[in-house]
Amino acid sequence: MSQSSTPPNPTVADLFMGFFTVGVCGFGGVLPWARRMILEKNRWLTPAEFTEVLGFCQFMPGGNIMNVAIALGARFRGIPGAVAALLGLMVAPVVIVIMLGAVYDQYAEIPAVRRAFVALAAAGAGMLIATAVKIALPLKGRWLAIGLAGLTFIAIAVLRLPLAIVMPIMAVLSTLVLWRFKA
Amino acid sequence: MSTLITLALVFGQLSLLAFGGANSILPDLQRQVVGNHAWMTGHEFAALFALAQAAPGPNMMVVSLIGWRVAGLGGTLVATIGVALPSSILTYIASGYWFQFRDRPWRKAIQAGLLPVTIGLVAASAALITATTTLDWRAGLVTAVAAGVIYFTKYHPLLVLGGAAALGAAGLVG
Repeated sequence: MSQSSTPPNPTVADLFMGFFTVGVCGFGGVLPWARRMILEKNRWLTPAEFTEVLGFCQFMPGGNIMNVAIALGARFRGIPGAVAALLGLMVAPVVIVIMLGAVYDQYAEIPAVRRAFVALAAAGAGMLIATAVKIALPLKGRWLAIGLAGLTFIAIAVLRLPLAIVMPIMAVLSTLVLWRFKA
Repeated sequence: MSTLITLALVFGQLSLLAFGGANSILPDLQRQVVGNHAWMTGHEFAALFALAQAAPGPNMMVVSLIGWRVAGLGGTLVATIGVALPSSILTYIASGYWFQFRDRPWRKAIQAGLLPVTIGLVAASAALITATTTLDWRAGLVTAVAAGVIYFTKYHPLLVLGGAAALGAAGLVG
């Protein structure tokens, strides 16, 4: 296409609208939608650039796609771009979630609704288990890394230590151990 | 007013610890919201988490929902901004430096080191949420089936959540 020769130059409004569509569509995970919007629809990044930005955003604390919005907004339009992209991403989901919350509040006392929420919460827990297993797959056969993940698990789920203590200690320990043993 | 300040402090602190997103901070979120501040019951917390899963958008939405439940519209705004602002400022500043350092060995070492920690945190979140939602064997069965379907098939997560809610409403679970 002829556009591919000119570098992408989205405006603040483009950034807002682009991430707005991601927020509205992103049922069951926003990443595939963000990828489609950034790469296929708008060609703001090449696939290699996208992988790099995503790697950075997973490295930083905070929601991954929220960070992608910040990084892309910053790249093209500085602070206004970052604010517009993040607002675009968040505004529709926040409104929808509040509407769902209002429904919950209104009808939580009705037995059928209460039972529906018991089952919904149970299924939500199942989703989280599946996510945990999926992200754990790269550790297969790496016993040192599995041990570090296990230690983090015990600290939080069994000993119930606060994240503010566990996170810094485990991040340093894990980095040093894996670096020292090249595991 | 003091509730809003507390919300801002609780979520602002968790923002910079949320390596891997909202799933990493769920145990602390649960401890603060259910334990320390007693804003809701454990089961209510799990229901809000699932509700946020069923909504579109980033998984941080659970925070907006908790804010709304605790202190209405003001709570939503304070909780959402509280959890988004610190990490966003950090990401904004760091994005300028990232490409300078991306090939440095220490950066790769930190990234490799964070991976097992994030996995441990998400596994801990899954365990603690499951402990809250497993009210009886039928709820446990729903959790197991949902995990299996999401893991082994390509069915849309919303279908799984909706199916579970329908079973519950029909009186088969809960």
